[in-house]
Amino acid sequence: MTTGEPLIVLDSVNKWFGPLHVLDDVSLSVGRGEVVVVIGPSGSGKSTLCRAINRLEPINSGTITFDGRELPAEGKALAKLRSEVGMVFQSFNLFAHKTILENVTLGPIEVRGEKPAAARERGLALLDRVGIANQADKFPAMLSGGQQQRAAIARALAMQPKAMLFDEPTSALDPEMVGEVLEVMTSLAREGMTMVVVTHEMGFARHAANRVIFMADGKLVEDAAPTEFFANPRSERAKDFLSKILTH
Amino acid sequence: MDIFTDPTNIDAYVSGFLWILKLTGASAVCALVLGVLLAAMRVSPVPVLRGFGTAWVNIFRNTPLTLVIFFCYFGLYSTLGLSLADDLNLNNFWLGVVGLSVYTAAFVCEAIRSGINTVPTGQAEAARAIGLSFAQTLRIVVLPQAARSVVAPFGSVLIALCKNATIVGTIGLVEASTVMKDLINSYGNAVILIFLVFAGTFAAFLIPTGYFFGWLANRLAVKR
Repeated sequence: MTTGEPLIVLDSVNKWFGPLHVLDDVSLSVGRGEVVVVIGPSGSGKSTLCRAINRLEPINSGTITFDGRELPAEGKALAKLRSEVGMVFQSFNLFAHKTILENVTLGPIEVRGEKPAAARERGLALLDRVGIANQADKFPAMLSGGQQQRAAIARALAMQPKAMLFDEPTSALDPEMVGEVLEVMTSLAREGMTMVVVTHEMGFARHAANRVIFMADGKLVEDAAPTEFFANPRSERAKDFLSKILTH
Repeated sequence: MDIFTDPTNIDAYVSGFLWILKLTGASAVCALVLGVLLAAMRVSPVPVLRGFGTAWVNIFRNTPLTLVIFFCYFGLYSTLGLSLADDLNLNNFWLGVVGLSVYTAAFVCEAIRSGINTVPTGQAEAARAIGLSFAQTLRIVVLPQAARSVVAPFGSVLIALCKNATIVGTIGLVEASTVMKDLINSYGNAVILIFLVFAGTFAAFLIPTGYFFGWLANRLAVKR
């Protein structure tokens, strides 16, 4: 799967929230086209790790490199980098005052300067791809959680990102809507999108991930292929975590 | 009783309230522009701008408006020689607009800032995540949503501004409250009537204004 130099590289990244060491000397590299699933107990720093990659969370020390360049400081260069990294949030965060289609076309029009008509056409195609083309003119609040999250994925894809970050994309969804979102993510993974996915969906980790990262207390504890990780976790923390979630 | 039939008095009454309307209109526009800029400064990532916005709000929100207006006249005009118009009345008018605007902008800024705080942080995060700049995030995503929760407080600020405009009478503009004082001086036997007419005129303008902003706020309420 992995070709050439890695797309995302974290080197000895540290971050504190006050006295809390949320990222403790984390080093990780994600190759192009690779799907990395990050799992771990809550408070382990996995969401912070995901958000640090497009600098929604600034880090205290270490370096993060995306596509060969170190993350720039706040400003134009950072905005450009963020436009190349799609992000999907737990709480969807669709723009509440814009229609679904406007949500999808906003970035292409305002950031890339695309013509509205062209952006609209591409936006509709993306909404069709995630199965909600018929909701294009509705406002986010009128859609189900699953539909909103699929719209949020379409919004991120509209920027034609080099990588996609998913921060617990299904955690706020009713159980019957989890499947439709995972389906879209699985098809993305198959098409070769580079993905970092923070999730509790072990099924997705098993069948769609190239690697599973296990985090606990801000540390990157294990980094293994999914079959290996689920069959033979090496660390006690991972064994304990898996025994708690897999016995139900 | 010929107070309100005497054409001279009616002219004075009308011109007094016209000054109030002009003061309110001009100051509302200036205070809105200034207030939006100040609010943008107060939420910006640049510490110097944040400090400037905070200082402005703290200074003007905590200084009596009478002092601000007096400073515009005695400080800016008499001492520093800042003349805003050749006509004496117009000069006083514009000095009044300056005072009312810088004062009211502090309240507009705080109304907007509290409105910005009603917009979930996720909205701004999502905007930044697709590559919008700070200014774009504010203009396209945050402010339009904040505006809807800011409409009702804006109504209160506008009403206060309209009433505050009477303070410009203290620097020699013959606005409504000055006309009222003059009429009371001339017609000592009709004090209550004069007072009721002037208070009633303010109420007749401002009560519908309040209801209008309430209605507008409901109409624009954002669906979540």
